[in-house]
Amino acid sequence: MTSIQSTARKRSTPTRPGDRIFRGTSVAAALTILATLAGVALFLTVEGIPGVLASPDEVKHGTTFIDYVVPLVFGTLLAAVLALAMAIPVAIGVALYISHYAPRRLAATLGYVIDLLAAVPSVVYGVWGISFLATALVPVYGWLERTLGFIPLFAGPASATGRTILTASIVLAVMVLPVITALCREIFLQTPRLHEEAALALGATRWEMAKLAIFPYARSGIISASMLGLGRALGETMAVAMVLSASGVITVNLISSTNPSTIAANIALTFNEATGLTVNALIASGLVLFLLTFLVNFAARAIVERRKDFSGAN
Amino acid sequence: MAKSIDVSDLNIYYGDFLAVEGVTIPVAARSVTAFIGPSGCGKSTFLRSLNRMHEVIRGARVDGKVLVDGQDLYADDMDPVNVRRMIGMVFQRPNPFPTMSIAENVLAGQKLNSKRMKKSEADDIVERSLRSAGLWNEVKDRLDRPGSGLSGGQQQRLCIARAIATQPEVLLMDEPCSALDPISTSVIEDLIHELKKDYTIVIVTHNMQQAARVSDTTAFFNLAGVGQPGRLIEHGPTEKMFSNPEDPATEAYIQGRFG
Amino acid sequence: MTSTMQSPTSSPTPSPEIAQSLRGRSLPTWAPKAFGAAAVALALVGVFGPVGFWLVFVAWLVAAVIPLWSMIVEGRRKATDRFVTLLVTTAFVIALFPLGSILTTVVSRGAPVLGSEFFTYSMRNIVGEGGGIYHALMGTLLITAAAAAISVPIGLFTAIYLIEYGEGKRLARWIRFLVDVMTGIPSIVAGLFAYALFVIFFGPGVRMGIGGAVALSVLMIPVVVRSCEEMLKLVPNELREASYALGVPKWRTIVKVVLPTALAGIVTGVTLAVARVIGETAPLLIIAGLTDSVNFNLFDGRMATLPVFTYFSIITPGVPPGPSIERAWGAALVLLIIVMLLNLAARLVSYFFSPKGER
Repeated sequence: MTSIQSTARKRSTPTRPGDRIFRGTSVAAALTILATLAGVALFLTVEGIPGVLASPDEVKHGTTFIDYVVPLVFGTLLAAVLALAMAIPVAIGVALYISHYAPRRLAATLGYVIDLLAAVPSVVYGVWGISFLATALVPVYGWLERTLGFIPLFAGPASATGRTILTASIVLAVMVLPVITALCREIFLQTPRLHEEAALALGATRWEMAKLAIFPYARSGIISASMLGLGRALGETMAVAMVLSASGVITVNLISSTNPSTIAANIALTFNEATGLTVNALIASGLVLFLLTFLVNFAARAIVERRKDFSGAN
Repeated sequence: MAKSIDVSDLNIYYGDFLAVEGVTIPVAARSVTAFIGPSGCGKSTFLRSLNRMHEVIRGARVDGKVLVDGQDLYADDMDPVNVRRMIGMVFQRPNPFPTMSIAENVLAGQKLNSKRMKKSEADDIVERSLRSAGLWNEVKDRLDRPGSGLSGGQQQRLCIARAIATQPEVLLMDEPCSALDPISTSVIEDLIHELKKDYTIVIVTHNMQQAARVSDTTAFFNLAGVGQPGRLIEHGPTEKMFSNPEDPATEAYIQGRFG
Repeated sequence: MTSTMQSPTSSPTPSPEIAQSLRGRSLPTWAPKAFGAAAVALALVGVFGPVGFWLVFVAWLVAAVIPLWSMIVEGRRKATDRFVTLLVTTAFVIALFPLGSILTTVVSRGAPVLGSEFFTYSMRNIVGEGGGIYHALMGTLLITAAAAAISVPIGLFTAIYLIEYGEGKRLARWIRFLVDVMTGIPSIVAGLFAYALFVIFFGPGVRMGIGGAVALSVLMIPVVVRSCEEMLKLVPNELREASYALGVPKWRTIVKVVLPTALAGIVTGVTLAVARVIGETAPLLIIAGLTDSVNFNLFDGRMATLPVFTYFSIITPGVPPGPSIERAWGAALVLLIIVMLLNLAARLVSYFFSPKGER
């Protein structure tokens, strides 16, 4: 074994300077990525730790870091989960429409139209959310409070501006919709044609064919697409920062004027006025967000990897 | 130009897997040598080891000697890049560069190595190579059109022109007609006859009639079973190989009883 | 002969029962189309007309007649199928609503603001009406250009490493994984990273254009790596072999054969990556800040950018708020136009400049 490797190495010795330089540059670029990520983790930790350890009277928010960050984590998760609950069914429907229901010639164009949603900058979503959507939803929230007020989610009192966590979640849902749709569409289109035809040959209707051939094949793909959408929703900053009128509480009341904030929005809103250890606390909260999204994305990738083993595709 | 090749006791490995074992064969200058044998017997691998192309695959390596006019291709100070300049190759599927015109494709060997030359010199090379490849009359009016616009047979002749434009000593052909129709195939076979005057040609083919038609010497490769290394069973003048082979396996293969 | 002709088994008309069971009882073919068209017409009137948004719901109910009717005529299975078709189509229409709404509101409220003053003036010494986005536009262009200048070489060479050199190596597997992780970094975290990095050299409270470029690079590099990797993968191995067989060294093969073949795809990918980061707000809010004046120096102090300008114009409009909010819409429209043009350019490049040929 060792002799084999040594002869192999000896054989490849006469390399040209051009090859050495080019290869070296490529490796260096790849290592830069490693260094960058190490840097992100390292700098956020180094700058964040003082913020975690700071006593309540040293920081603007006046609480320990745990008390500070828990409501933010709650708000982040609440907004993201609500957004996904709205986005996933619609995304699956849209993906199915484009891949199997729309006329063949239109499908590519329709896919492009949905992709346009992903191209809209988040600040434009914010402007739209704050000045159009929030206002438009005020009467809806009033109606929700009157008719469904017995459910804690809609207990009210309904916000007069419409800038609630539900509005923020709707904007988030629109933002992650194209992400989930694009991935689901890809997976639906990859469904083996033979399975589909086998189902149709058994006399299945189009919907029965979808249940028999498409969904079993695409299930893990849908899950991982949703997880990636979740990662996106957790980290989205500006739309939430602009739309939400936040007060840093923990509540499940979705339509009132007191709402939990999210980590990302909180950083964006308070960073510019923050000084001293408050900045460190904000950086620490950013690290928490980083870990949260990392976990979600990691889980999504793991599902994708496992699926690869089963489908036999490479 | 045109040199002889002497291969002695060549083993070819992919990682720890021995793909081809103990090949010893002389290849005469200015002749056509055909390698035949069933799929997976290592004839293409062996061909690629003659210009160190198999090293493109990670973990590939060889033991033994390949002497071209007395020079060992696998000597420690031998640069595979220079080896390949000396020994040209034509592939199974025609592969002209899609971003280059017909003329640029012919000059690719020079252009890609940034060799400077005068316009007239370049034009000479293009015309001479395309004439040698029997393509000149078909493409002389559209030398600046993309090479991918030609038919499959024309593309393959363009690839041959590209290979001989650098004036190699040896021309290796890895099943050059397997992706072509019968008419293009016969054009290329005629071309091989022409090229034999100037080059040493080694061709791998699945088609025994083709081996009988084009080659002076034929070598038969076989493998004992799946997972076993390929071996050179026998080689000799083509006429003798096809009329009176020594090994029963050769006879069985040539008569179409397996493979 | 005649007797067989008249025998019932060779009768040219099939038995009525079989014909009936094959044909089934089904809705007339015009029905779904007619009701669908009626629903679309009603919905359009509901959205654009004077009646009110509630008409959209009526439109949906009209479309819902089809599955109900099918339930009576065709039975449960077909009715379910038709109902799902309705749901799936509805999902698509729902997805179109926000897109249409965003485009129409931003265009209708932003367009009146656009004028020569809007593009040529900064906000220096402007109170109330007037002023423009010149400083923010320049800042956005400079910071994005700097980000691209950092990201494209790193991203492209990383992709080259992954495809041409790293095959089967452990480092390559790690880099692929890390690129995936990097894709998921929230934009605000990228901003915090740039801030934390620059604090080390320049002390707390640092604001710099180049910091914004670094933050955007963190977001842009993984996108560039991914798209370049995909494009390099598409280059057929046969071309590399053809080049090696001509005695061309590996690096020249990459530079002169592989990259030119993949060029259109790489340009498309980079353009889309630029389009993605040019609208980023959060990192620039943190590290580049906002100023009212033109600043052409990436290494000196605050720099305004279009997204941050839009954000502050609408969040802290001042008194009276009107002019500032108008400018926010104008800036949002300009940003949207830039992003859409970049997307369009990317599509055109991939359409017109991909290598022609059968492969």
